[in-house]
Amino acid sequence: MATQLTINGRSTTVDAPPDTPLLWVLRDVLNLHGTKYGCGIGQCGACTVHLAGQAVRSCLTPISAAANQKITTIEGLSPNGQHPLQVAWQQIDVPQCGYCQAGQIMSAAALLAKHPKPTDDQIDSAMNGNLCRCGTYLRVRQAIHQAAGQGKV
Amino acid sequence: MFGAGALVLGSQILPVRAKASTTNAAWSPSLFLGVDTDGTVTIIAHRSEMGTGIRTSLPMVVADELGADWNRVKVQQALGDESFGSQDTDGSCSIRDFYDQMREVGASARLMLERAAASKWSVPASECKAVNHAVSHAGSGRSVGFGELVALAAAQPVPRKEELHLISPAEFRYIGKGVPLVDLEALTTGKGMFAMDARMPGMVFASIERPPVLGGKVNSVDDSGARKVTGVSGIVSIPTFKPPHGFQPLGGVAVIADNTWSAMQGRRKLKIDWDLGPNAAFDSVSFRKAMVETSHAPQKVLRDVGNVDQEFAKGGKVIEADYYTPLLAHVPMEPPAAVAEFKDGKCVVYAATQSPVDLQNSVAAGLGIDKKDVTCHVTLLGGGFGRKSKPDFAVEAAMLSKTVGKPVKVVWSREDDVRFDYYHSTAAMYMKAQLDHSGKPTAWLQRSVFPPIGSTFAPNTTYGDEGEMAMGWTDVPFEIPNHRAENGPAEAHVRIGWLRSVANVYHAFAVQSFVNELATAAGRDPIDYFLELLGEPRKFDPHPGGKPFGNYGKSLENYPWDTGRLRRVVETVRDQSGWGKKKTLGFAAHRSFLTYVAVVAEVDVNDRGQVRIPRVHMAIDCGQVIHPDRVKAQFEGAAVFGTSIAMLGEITASDGRVKQSNFDSYPVARIHESPIETHVHIVASNEPPTGVGEPGVPPMAPAICNAIFAGTGTRIRELPVKKTKLV
Repeated sequence: MATQLTINGRSTTVDAPPDTPLLWVLRDVLNLHGTKYGCGIGQCGACTVHLAGQAVRSCLTPISAAANQKITTIEGLSPNGQHPLQVAWQQIDVPQCGYCQAGQIMSAAALLAKHPKPTDDQIDSAMNGNLCRCGTYLRVRQAIHQAAGQGKV
Repeated sequence: MFGAGALVLGSQILPVRAKASTTNAAWSPSLFLGVDTDGTVTIIAHRSEMGTGIRTSLPMVVADELGADWNRVKVQQALGDESFGSQDTDGSCSIRDFYDQMREVGASARLMLERAAASKWSVPASECKAVNHAVSHAGSGRSVGFGELVALAAAQPVPRKEELHLISPAEFRYIGKGVPLVDLEALTTGKGMFAMDARMPGMVFASIERPPVLGGKVNSVDDSGARKVTGVSGIVSIPTFKPPHGFQPLGGVAVIADNTWSAMQGRRKLKIDWDLGPNAAFDSVSFRKAMVETSHAPQKVLRDVGNVDQEFAKGGKVIEADYYTPLLAHVPMEPPAAVAEFKDGKCVVYAATQSPVDLQNSVAAGLGIDKKDVTCHVTLLGGGFGRKSKPDFAVEAAMLSKTVGKPVKVVWSREDDVRFDYYHSTAAMYMKAQLDHSGKPTAWLQRSVFPPIGSTFAPNTTYGDEGEMAMGWTDVPFEIPNHRAENGPAEAHVRIGWLRSVANVYHAFAVQSFVNELATAAGRDPIDYFLELLGEPRKFDPHPGGKPFGNYGKSLENYPWDTGRLRRVVETVRDQSGWGKKKTLGFAAHRSFLTYVAVVAEVDVNDRGQVRIPRVHMAIDCGQVIHPDRVKAQFEGAAVFGTSIAMLGEITASDGRVKQSNFDSYPVARIHESPIETHVHIVASNEPPTGVGEPGVPPMAPAICNAIFAGTGTRIRELPVKKTKLV
C-alpha cells in the first residue's frame, strides 16, 4: 500500500504496510540512516524525529500516522549541519560513540523550539527519554544551555 | 615492549601497498601511514572506535611526531589484519600499547622526509627539520612541503630504530593537548557509519529466534505464519554450537526478509518446539544461595599473608559481611549488527567489532574457510563495553549469507541483546576482619565466588583465572599482618563475558565497601582510615617471590603497583571534593588497568528513598595524558556507567531464561538519574600512559553506596541499590 510522506521538505511515496514503523521506512527503504534503532519500544530515544514539529519516537510511529505531515530527521535539521545545537555539540565535543546523538539533538531541538531558554528541570524532562550508554549527559546539558545562548557550563 | 605490532617498522616494513589495508597513497613509509604528492597524509586507525576517541588519539600521535598539520591528515580505518599487531580494542590498552609505536611510525617517516630534503638541497640531514607539513633548512631558509618530497622520501632507506629521534615534550603540538574528534561532524549530522547502517548491493535482512536457554536446540519449527508476512523471503536454521560456545552462534531459526521490520514481524509468527537442554534448570535466586554458601566455606587460597586462622582464633572484635552483585548486560546503544557476503569461497564482513581478527577467525571457522579469505571492515561501533569483542553475530550473518547466496544483514533486537548477552558475571563475596583496640584490622579474610569468563572457552571452568583474580582481589594493597584472599567455584549457565572493567566491578564493590564498614566500626574518618591501611608509599607486589602478579599483562618492574600514586589520588580527591564539609559523601579508591582512581560521590536521598547524585569528584593518575579532553570524557562516562551498575542493573533468570528484555526491565541511567556534576581531576604524571576507558567504573558503586550509608545509615551490601529499601 502506498503512503505519501514528506521528509525533510521532500515528498515521497513508499510502498509498505501502513502499520510499518516510520523508523524502518526511513532506514531500510529511504536510506536515511541518521535515525537509529535502539529499542523499538520508545524507551531509548535513538529514533527521535520531528513530526509536525514535535519530537516523536519513530519506532512507535506507524507510517499511516505520519502521512501528509511534515517529518524532519537529523539529515534535515539544518541545511548544512550548522543548527545551533550541532555547533554547540561540536564545540563541547559531546559525542563519544555517537550512536544516540542524533536522537539527543532532535529531542533538544524540539525542546528549544518550545523553551528557548530551558531550565535544568526542563532539560531533564525533555531529555530523559534519550539514553546514552557512554554517559555524555553532562555535556548534552552543557551544549543545550550553550545553544540556548546561556553559555552555562 | 609493544608486541608483534612493533615489527612493522624498520627492516620488517612491508613493501609499498603490499596489503589491501595500507593506504593507497603514493608513498607508504609504514603500514600505518601514507603521504600523497598533494601533501595529504593518511594515517591508519587500527583500533576500533566505540566512543573512546581512539580513532583520533592514536593518529594524532603519529601526526605530531611526523610534523604534520592535523588539518591535512585523513584517518582511514584498518581492515582486520594481524600485521597491525593487536587490534583487539579491549582492556584499556590502545594508548598504553601503541603510544610509543605510533610515535616511532611518525618519527621514522619524518626522518625520511628530512633526509629527502637534505638530498634535494645537498645539505646535512641534521640541518633539516620537519615542522607543520614542510621540511625547512635553517641555514638557508629554504622550505619544501611534504607532498613535493614524496618521490625523494620514498627512495630513502627505512631508518633503523636506533636512528630515530623523538621530538621533545616541549615540541608537542597535539600530544597532551588534543585535537577535535575526526568523526565529530559525522556524529552530529547523522552521517556516521555504524554496522547498523552498513549496506551491500542485493542485501537481505535477518532476524533470528535463538534458543531461550543456553545450549538449547530446535526440535521442530512451524514457519507457515512467518512465510505469509509481507517482505519475508525465507526461513533458515542455524545449528546450535558444539561446546564450548566461545564466539559461535547460539543457533536458532532466522527469518529472511527485504527489510528489518518484516524480518522481525515474520519471526514473531514462528512456532518453535525447543529442546532446552540442561541449563533449563538455572535459577538466579537458588544460584545466588549456592554461591553464598560456597563463600562461607574455606576455598582455594590465592594470597596468604601471616596466618588469619591463628589470628581469628585469638578472638577480638570481628566484622563480617556478605556482598552480592548480579549478572549485568552490556546494552550498547547499537545492538549487535553485521553485514556479510559469502561469495566464491570468500567472505566480506562489515561489523561493529572490537576485535576484527577474532571476527576473521570465528567467521572462517563457522564457514569452514581459511581466515585469509575473510575480509573484515570495521565500522563505527555504537558502544562496545566488551560485548562487541565477541563476533558471534557476524558469524550468524556469514553463515546465513552462505545459505541464501546473498549479502545478509543480521540485526539483533534490543530484546535479543538483553536476553542473549555474554553477561558480566554475578558474584558473592564474604569478608571477615578482626580489629585491634585502635580499630585497625589484625586479620582480613576475603572470599569471592563467581562463574568465570573461562567458562565461555572451556566448559566446566569454575574458578577465576589470574586475569580475573588480579583485578582488585589478590592485590588489595592494605598493610595487614594476616591477610588471605580466596576464590571458590561456580558453574556458568549463561554465556559469561567481560564488561567494562570486568572483575574489578564486584571486587572493588566488596573491598571498598568493607573497608568503609571497618572505618565505621573503628569510629574513624573513612579516608584517614583508608590511608592508614594503605601505609607508607611503596612498590607493592602481591606475590613476592611467587608466581608473577597478573598486572594487566605488564611486568611490575615497568608498571609498579605504586601505593604512593594511589595515596596521591586519594589526597587529591579529598582536597578537591570538600570532604568533611558535608555528611552525604562517600569515598572509594581503586587501581585497575594500571591507573589509579579515587572517587568522592555525593548523594541526596529524599523522604521517599529516591537517590540523586548531585556531584562526583574523580581524581585520576593515568600516567602521561595524550588527549586530555577524551580522558576527561571517559571518566565522565564511567561515572554514569558506574551509576547504572550501582543503582539499576540486574539480570535474573528462571527456568534457564533471562527475565529482562529491554530498557523497561533492564534500565540504565538516564540524564536525571546520572551525576549532575562530574569533576575529573587529572593528577600530573610523567609515568607511561595507562588505561582510561575502564578504571573510572570500579570505584563508582562503592563510593555511591558509602555515601548512602553516610547519609542514611543504611548499608548496601547488594547491588543494585534499588533492591534495598532506604526509608
